[in-house]
Parts: sequence; structure tokens; C-alpha cells
Amino acid sequence: MISELKVPTMAEFFATGTVPEVLFWVGCAGSFDDRAKKITKAFVKILNKANVSFAVLGTEESCTGDPAKRAGNEFLFQMQAVTNIEVLNAYEIKKIVTACPHCFNTIKNEYPGLGGNYEVVHHTQFLKQLLTEGRISMEGGTFKGKRITFHDPCYLGRANGVYEAPRDLIRKLDAELVEMKSCKQRGLCCGAGGAQMFKEPEKGDKDVNIERTEQALEIKPDIIAAGCPFCNTMMTDGVKNKEKEDSIAVMDIAELIATAEDL
Amino acid sequence: MQYLPNIIFILLLVVGVGFFVKNISKLKRNIFLGKEVSINDNKPQRWKNMAKIALGQSKMVVRPIAGFLHIIVYVGFVIINIEVFEIILDGVFGTHRMFSVLGGLYDFLIASFEVLALLVIIAVVIFWIRRNIIRLKRFFKPEMVGWPKKDGNLILYIELVLMFLFLTMNAADYQLQQMGAEHYAKAGSFPISSFIAPLFENLSISTLIIVERTAWWLHIAGILFFLNYLYYSKHLHILLAFPNTYYGKLTPKGQFKNLQSVTDEVRMMMDPDADPYAEPAEDAEVPDKFGASDVQDLSWVQLLNAYTCTECGRCTSECPANLTGKKLSPRKIMMDTRDRLEEVGKNIDENNGEFKDDGKQLLNDFISPEELWACTSCNACVEACPISIDPLSIIMDMRQYLVMEQSAAPTDLNNMMSNIENNGAPWPFNQMDRLNWSKES
Repeated sequence: MISELKVPTMAEFFATGTVPEVLFWVGCAGSFDDRAKKITKAFVKILNKANVSFAVLGTEESCTGDPAKRAGNEFLFQMQAVTNIEVLNAYEIKKIVTACPHCFNTIKNEYPGLGGNYEVVHHTQFLKQLLTEGRISMEGGTFKGKRITFHDPCYLGRANGVYEAPRDLIRKLDAELVEMKSCKQRGLCCGAGGAQMFKEPEKGDKDVNIERTEQALEIKPDIIAAGCPFCNTMMTDGVKNKEKEDSIAVMDIAELIATAEDL
Repeated sequence: MQYLPNIIFILLLVVGVGFFVKNISKLKRNIFLGKEVSINDNKPQRWKNMAKIALGQSKMVVRPIAGFLHIIVYVGFVIINIEVFEIILDGVFGTHRMFSVLGGLYDFLIASFEVLALLVIIAVVIFWIRRNIIRLKRFFKPEMVGWPKKDGNLILYIELVLMFLFLTMNAADYQLQQMGAEHYAKAGSFPISSFIAPLFENLSISTLIIVERTAWWLHIAGILFFLNYLYYSKHLHILLAFPNTYYGKLTPKGQFKNLQSVTDEVRMMMDPDADPYAEPAEDAEVPDKFGASDVQDLSWVQLLNAYTCTECGRCTSECPANLTGKKLSPRKIMMDTRDRLEEVGKNIDENNGEFKDDGKQLLNDFISPEELWACTSCNACVEACPISIDPLSIIMDMRQYLVMEQSAAPTDLNNMMSNIENNGAPWPFNQMDRLNWSKES
């Protein structure tokens, strides 16, 4: 285990007059949610190992405004967006990577209209790129032969057409990639999007995450891979609800790679 | 009196087409009750989408069985229209099988129309079985009772009757040709109706002519009836799918539009030089209502979407909220929007071109907040629609109205939003603690 995480901030880079290769946008879940923090750390471990020059905004980061916008509060969304854009532009940020598809979608698609133009990539795309460039290697046989299914986050998949980067990474793990009956363009939501994460669901027969977990259980995976902290929470809850937490792990792609690399 | 049939035919044609044109102009008026949005960007891509999605049926085949059957009916409908063109010319000029001068090509055309007609009959029967015997789930949702259910079946019946009339007409014609009847010169090849012809074997030429003429007249009258039925049914998609796919969203599905009026407001607030107590400029426009509570608040593209929807229910069958028993059904959102728009249109017609407040609106009277709040904004409905309808945009506009005009968000969401306002996160954590994770083991 590498002991200390190296997490430089933009302010520190700025003080030395240098710029990092990429800004890591951590997001609220990645900063505060106990489960999601593990994903953040796993991703940082990989960045550290690959010697990627990156920085976070730290206390200068604020919610992108995604849940406010999806809840209908355009005003709050734009206040958040404009504030964030001021910070990002002041640091002359060019490229942003994030492990949250909601932050990814919002910064990539909705910030340009408000004056925030950046190259935005999801962490699975970034990791794929590191792999292609030979900056990380994935030789560990930890997941050899394991059945792994990927749950497409709506805001990565349908919303932005990214389906292959996470799957390519899973294949590289020597794992057996298995698909649920609804996947890719027709992937079923985990139930958290559109600000549902922060409210009780409406009355119905069952919760969306249970429906999705049942789809996953049908194909008997060892691991449900996720690419979104909210999907991760929903699927983890679903697996617990089905009392399968001993046999099925819910892991982010970054965690899979960090584990494979024994980081 | 020799020209009586021609005159009757022309009258029928003028009335049929005229009534249709009148309804289409009403349809256009209603669509443009929606807010103005100008869509002039990326025309090549838009034409490409129309060619691929509407003309090429690319998204229909995502569900192979329904897709294949639909393509048969679609191709049949388009191709057999060549025959309808001939029928119209024959009717106007009092000729018979005017295109038969094409010779071998004509034989081929008639033969292919006949084969298509048979395939259409088979496809329509299977469609009917799917709706009424197999009872596919998506045709049995709460919004599909009453008229929508009847409408779906009626369309199938009309198509069936039209195809049978077409084949009967050909069969009688074929028999007359065999018998060497006057005016029925040998023309066309009849691979399907020649099997029906034996039924007519013992009929006299004069009876056969009555059969042939009756089928011919009923067929063209039926087509004109169907043309006019479109406006009153869900079947407008056969026309509107083309503009609808042209005007469909080109930006990533996850990109929701930013409200310009809000941007202006936010910019002013952030501008250190702005005088918060300044009198508004004389010519300042009254700010728009935020979001949508009625059809006039939606854009004309969203209203075009509503008229285009043919209630196939693919959206609803992919919707995570609907799959888990919530009230939300994206198809119902579209049907409600159209129903309300029709109601508003009628109101305008009855009040000399002015909308008179009827105390109703799309929100609450048609679409409940419970439906709107069940949406996860996952875009499954948008992806599922074979003709680029976007129910999600309507849901989001209505949520915007609920929150920004009525402060009527669920309590949990109000908490989430005040957290964002106060701490910059949807949970009650201090922004100063954002980097604590890096120090925790």
C-alpha cells in the first residue's frame, strides 16, 4: 500500500506559477459520501502511480448545480455554474477529469453556454487514455475469470454516448465482461438521476434500484462495476436488499484498477 | 351525362383534400401556439437524421418484430400510393388504368402492389393480434383505455379494408380482362388477386363491372376518409415523423437548455457595477414565466412532438419509473400535451380566434406533479422513441414551473437545494471540509 496520497490543489500550483495537466473535479459525492470517497482515493492512487500532474480545487470547488437544474431550479443551477466558471477560468483550466457522470455532463454540456469551455472527460475515458499511452499497466490477475457486468450510468451512456471506455478497461482486467439484458443505449437507470437521489421515490411497486439489481442478479456476476458514485450507492443498496453483499461486490472502475494494481 | 362520374370524382377529391388541408392549417396554427424557437443550425445533419430515422426507419428495428412488420406496412403504404395516383388520374379523366401504357413495367408495378397488399394484410393482422390477443403490456397502460385503444384498432381495420378493396378491385378487373369485356384491356399482372378471381367466375360481365366499380370507388373514398381521419387520431405520425425527426435534438441527450432570462438575471447579480436599486429600463420586457404550466409555455417543437406521437409506448415500456409501478408514463405526457393543445385550439375556434381562459391548464388538470417528480431524467424515453420525440424536455419544463413559479418542490428537494445554496453541496457538509477525504486513511 502506498501510504500518503498526493493531492495538490490548484492554489498550490498557482502559487508556484505552474499548471497541471488536468484538473480532477471531485464532486460532492466524491468529497463527502463515505462510499464515494473510496472511489476518489482509488482514482488518486492511480493518478499518483502514473505520475499524472493533476490538481483539485479543494475548498474552492462547489456543486456543479446538476441536481438543482434537474429539480427545476434553473436559478440556483446558474448561480452555481457561474461561480464555478469564474474559479475555473481564473485558473485558466483547459482539461477536467471527473469520476461523476453528472458533473461530467453538466460541465461538458451546460457550462459552455455560460462561458465555461473546457475539455471534459470521464475518469474511465481518462484511464483508458493512460492505458493506451502506456502510462498505466494492468497486468494483475486479481480479476482473471471473474464475471463483471457494467452498469451504464445514464449521464455517461445515453446522455453522452460513452459506452466503450469502461468496458475496454474491464476487458483489460482479464475479466469476463457480461451484459445485463438492458445495457448501453437501453441501459436501465439506477433510480438516482434527476435529483431522485435526494428525495423519497414516488409510490410504486418497487424501487428502481431493486429492478436494476434484479437484472444484474439474473446474469450472476461476481462484481457489478459502476462508473458513477450515485449508481454505486443505489446498486450497493440493491445488492444488500437482496442479501447478496457477501457474494457480489459493487465497485467503481477506478477501484477495480487500483485493486488489480494492488494500490 | 357522360361526364357525371368525372364530376362526382373531382367533387369527392376536392372535398376530401380540401377538408384535410383545412385541418392541417388548424394543426399548424395549434403547433405555433408554442413558443418561438429558431432552429436553423446544422441543416445537413438534420436532413440526414430525417432520411435515416423517418425515411429509413432506423430506430424502428431496435425491436425487430414490430420493426419488420412496421416496415412492411410503411413500404406498402408508400409504394401503393403510386397506384392511388393512377386511380386519381383515371377518376379525373375517365380513363381506365392509364399507366398501362408502361407495358411490362406496369405489370411489374401492379404485381408488386399486390404482393405488398398481401404482406400489409398479414402485418396488420399480426399487429391486431399483438394488441388484442397477445395483449402486449405497453398497449394496456392506464392511458390506453377508451379512445386511444379504439383508435389503434380502427386504424388497423381501415388499413385492412383498404387492402381488401384494392385486391377485390383487381380481381374483378382481372376476371373482366379474361372475359374480354369492353374497356378492360389486358393490363397488369395479378399474382394475388388472380386467386380471388375464381370467386367471380359465374358472374356476368355487367355484375362484375358493378363489383369492380364499387371496389374502385370505395377504395378511393376510403383513402380520402383515412386521410381525413389522421387529424382526429394518433396516426399523424405518417406525415409528422418527417418534420419531427428534422427538428429533433442534435445536442447530447444530457444537455438541457439554459434559460436565457435566468442567465441575464444572474449576470446582473454578479456584476459589481450593477446598481441593484436602478429603475428598470423603460423598454425592459416583462420577464417570461419560468417553465411551463400550459401548452402555450412549451416550444412549438414540443407541440409538434405531441402531434407526432403515435402512442406506440416504447418510451413508457423503457421508463424506469413506469417499470416500477410509478404513475409517470412518458407516452401519457405526450398524449396529455396533445389533448390539452386540441382543447386550447377548439377554445380559440369558438372564441373568434382569441383564447378565453377556461380555468384549466396542462399542469394538474392533465399532468400531475406526482408524475413529474417520478422522472429520473435518464433519457430512456428519448432514446426509445423511433421518431425523435422528447418527453423529458416537457417534464423538465414543468418541474421548472413548479419550483420557480410555485416553490412546490418536494420537501426533500427543498432541503437539497438550500444545502447547495448554503454549503455548495446537496448535503449539509461544510465547503471548507471538501478536501478532508485526502487526509483520511
